[in-house]
Amino acid sequence: MSGGHDNHGGLNLTLHVWRQKNREAEGHFETYSLHGISEHCSFLEMLDQLNEQLLREGREPVAFDHDCREGICGSCSLVINGQAHGPDRETATCQLHMRRFHDGETIYIEPFRAKAFPIVRDLVCDRSAFDRIIARGGFVSVNTGSPQDANAIPIPKENADLAMDAAACIGCGACVAACPNAAAMLFVGAKISHLSLLPQGQPERRRRVLAMVEQMDKEGFGNCGNIYECEAACPKGISVENIARLNKEYLGASLTARPEKESAGGF
Amino acid sequence: MTTPTTPILDSKCPTGPMSERWSKHRFELKLVNPANKRKFHVLVVGTGLAGASAAASLAELGYKVTVLCIHDTPRRAHSIAAQGGINGAKNYPNDGDSVRRLFYDTVKGGDYRARESNVHRLAEVSTSIIDQCVAQGVPFAREYGGLLDNRSFGGAQVSRTFYARGQTGQQLLLGAYQSMMRQVGLGKITLHARREMLDLVVVDGVARGVIARELTTGAIERYAADAVLLATGGYGNVFFLSTNAKFSNTTAIWRAHKRGALFGNPCFTQIHPTCIPVSGSYQSKLTLMSESLRNDGRVWVPKSKGDRRSPDLIPEAERDYYLERIYPSFGNLVPRDIASRRAKEMADAGRGVGESGMAVYLDFRDAIARDGAARIRERYGNLFQMYERITADDPYKVPMRIYPAVHYTMGGLWVDYNLESTIPGLFVLGEANFSDHGANRLGASALMQGLADGYFVIPATIGSHFAGRKLGAVSTDHPSFAAAERDVQGRVGKLLSIDGKRSADDFHRELGLVMWNQCGMARSEKGLKSALATIRGLRAEFWQNLRVLGSGEELNRELEKAGRVADFIELAELMVIDAEHRRESCGGHFREESQTPEGEALRDDANYAYVAAWQHAGDGPAMSWNLHKEPLTFEEVKLTQRSYK
Ligand SMILES: Cc1cc2nc3c(=O)[nH]c(=O)nc-3n(C[C@H](O)[C@H](O)[C@H](O)COP(=O)(O)OP(=O)(O)OC[C@H]3O[C@@H](n4cnc5c(N)ncnc54)[C@H](O)[C@@H]3O)c2cc1C
Ligand code: SF4
Ligand code: FES
Repeated sequence: MSGGHDNHGGLNLTLHVWRQKNREAEGHFETYSLHGISEHCSFLEMLDQLNEQLLREGREPVAFDHDCREGICGSCSLVINGQAHGPDRETATCQLHMRRFHDGETIYIEPFRAKAFPIVRDLVCDRSAFDRIIARGGFVSVNTGSPQDANAIPIPKENADLAMDAAACIGCGACVAACPNAAAMLFVGAKISHLSLLPQGQPERRRRVLAMVEQMDKEGFGNCGNIYECEAACPKGISVENIARLNKEYLGASLTARPEKESAGGF
Repeated sequence: MTTPTTPILDSKCPTGPMSERWSKHRFELKLVNPANKRKFHVLVVGTGLAGASAAASLAELGYKVTVLCIHDTPRRAHSIAAQGGINGAKNYPNDGDSVRRLFYDTVKGGDYRARESNVHRLAEVSTSIIDQCVAQGVPFAREYGGLLDNRSFGGAQVSRTFYARGQTGQQLLLGAYQSMMRQVGLGKITLHARREMLDLVVVDGVARGVIARELTTGAIERYAADAVLLATGGYGNVFFLSTNAKFSNTTAIWRAHKRGALFGNPCFTQIHPTCIPVSGSYQSKLTLMSESLRNDGRVWVPKSKGDRRSPDLIPEAERDYYLERIYPSFGNLVPRDIASRRAKEMADAGRGVGESGMAVYLDFRDAIARDGAARIRERYGNLFQMYERITADDPYKVPMRIYPAVHYTMGGLWVDYNLESTIPGLFVLGEANFSDHGANRLGASALMQGLADGYFVIPATIGSHFAGRKLGAVSTDHPSFAAAERDVQGRVGKLLSIDGKRSADDFHRELGLVMWNQCGMARSEKGLKSALATIRGLRAEFWQNLRVLGSGEELNRELEKAGRVADFIELAELMVIDAEHRRESCGGHFREESQTPEGEALRDDANYAYVAAWQHAGDGPAMSWNLHKEPLTFEEVKLTQRSYK
């Protein structure tokens, strides 16, 4: 059942999809043919149709992560023809449309791969390492209560805009998947930038960067080799400037670091 | 089947002057001694704005908190997708806003089907929410002077909406998520990711835990607690196609409903007017274009039927800017339900545009000519980009095509003023409860409500449960846990064993279509009756002809979907029954039998000024419910027929 000439106005595709039963199992590619896919459907809708087909044939559908399907939740996480989130710039997998592919094309679909992101099944990986990094310092320590009036701290628009640029990160992990060293510098740099650009983030600035970088290393992410594949893969256009800011913040904090008394339990 | 029975609904609303009720109530609530708080264990299900903010705030207070999250990380919860903004009665622009005005607008916007006391509280705490979020570092839009920027949103005549580009939900959720992760780091919150709640455990009439499935291994787990908070979002996905994220579902609240929690106003659904139209049968969800676009875009269709010319070839005189024509004072900013219904009317009359004819134009030509493309890009850049990505059309050059889509559910589990359901110890927050929005929600008010519930209401009201009741120790060894777990195992086993022909999605699509056609924007007795029969037939077929492959002991997305669809089908039955019984047009829905001579919605306050709270009474080929009514009285806001002319 290879892709033939029965093109009823849609695309005929050959898919090589990574199948892996669970964390421990060995994975492998399986090959599927799909016919008559509309160029207007999204990449994930193409996979939905593959899954319907597999189900009809009595074969187990392919598991992949997704939820919002509009590029904001950071769930979708496919490597398409070797590229995290596929060929389009600043586009998450779920926003990619089939008009980007041509009739008769062969497409390789794999999960994000990194030591810190173990594969759970098929195309689903475990990115909880990011949560543990945030839990070490990716916040402002303010309890719910009655803080001062929101307009009591004016923030220059340029800073607010830069902070927002960085805060737009969706935590998808494509930066890690794209990096030959599986580094998480872009993700961590984005959060450090967001908070260190704002007055609210100042009091904990040093603690934050030291703790987050420490956790990042503990999780098994690699070192940054200034290759910038991360920026190219990032669906939100998070700039490598944020890595520079992270390095600067880290250096500054390391130089002035004092042994922290209460840090043992982790904050 | 729907005979009213004795009232069991006590709203616990405080009395006295409206603006003092919340503070009076807080003063009268019993307090939990700080040293005792850590002895009380709270289980939070769902990590959207409501769940994350509640979990963080309760942990900060010293409670022991456990959180169940359906995703790999709490930051992916559905709230992340909200675009437009959040309301707060700050009156920074000095344009006449106040707590009272937000209160008034919300009661009126909800078409007088919400509780005044709740709405006033919501408006009161709205200002603290903004303060709280800014303190967390939420990067709201600012003006050059460094102060916060506001915009007017969805028909409001004041600018009270705070926003963070087109990603307000994301930034608010990250603020709440980060606060929550701080408590995880401190060891005050135990977080369990990739868990789906499949049942509620009730012990001696009190909610004491849940049964959940670990989604990667399929393990069925028991969680015991002293209070259970459901913050599992809305059920718009009953329509299959909606703007909700794909995982959003009704199972948590539906299972709680079947364990005894009453369901409030299930048929109250909001249809959003500005979504990207359906493009084909493979369509898996719909994408919302923030309605802030209506501030600058003009809605139109060709004047003549079946005009298939490209929009730039249709001269001004042959365009019908129908909202501006019918509603001269509100124009393109009429409320959502009106904009939606009118769009559908245009399409039904053969004047729709695009390939399917199921769309209308939203045109930025004049705004671009007036303000320049740069200004428009600054306001809507990411939305335009999103639109182009999906449709391959450039809205700077070609008008957008939009069509209404299901967006939000005002209905949900009935809760009292303390956010407690009819099952003691079961609290429901955010979109999952039957909400403060009455029969229609104002734009930018869902984020506000989710955070109000989580940051400010539940931390105060949960104490009344702990301090006011004697709660014995309950462990997961209790027979009620074993029984609930058996029920869950039974359901999972049954779904796996049917071995039929149709996929869960296939059933879901069919259900969605019936609901959209008969229980959507416009409803009639005839349509609802036929829907009821179809839904019952679909349920019967589902349990005979479903196909799920694989096992329960692994990551199995088809199994997950099947469980959710099973509950959606049951919920749909109740929605249709509720819609059928409410023979009035109000808020987000239009009842064909109840309209004015000009074709506008006609509310019936004499007969329907109540919350319909349904009590599950039995399963079977036709499920049954008892209806309880919570009368709504209006002391502050005078009931008027909405008029946007
Ligand atoms: C596209 C879009 C744009 C919107 N824009 C705006 C806006 O601009 N302003 C505004 O005010 N409102 C907006 N809304 C509405 C608003 O986003 C939601 O009403 C609100 O975020 C709901 O928050 P929540 O915390 O109640 O629930 P959610 O954010 O839905 O969180 C609940 C979570 O619980 C999970 N869950 C469900 N069932 C289970 C279970 N059984 N076990 C475990 N977890 C479960 C769900 O998957 C979900 O992630 C928008 C909605 C949409 C769809
Ligand atoms: S920096 Fe970009 S690629 Fe990395 S997690 Fe954030 S959004 Fe994804
Ligand atoms: S599915 Fe949410 S970002 Fe792709």
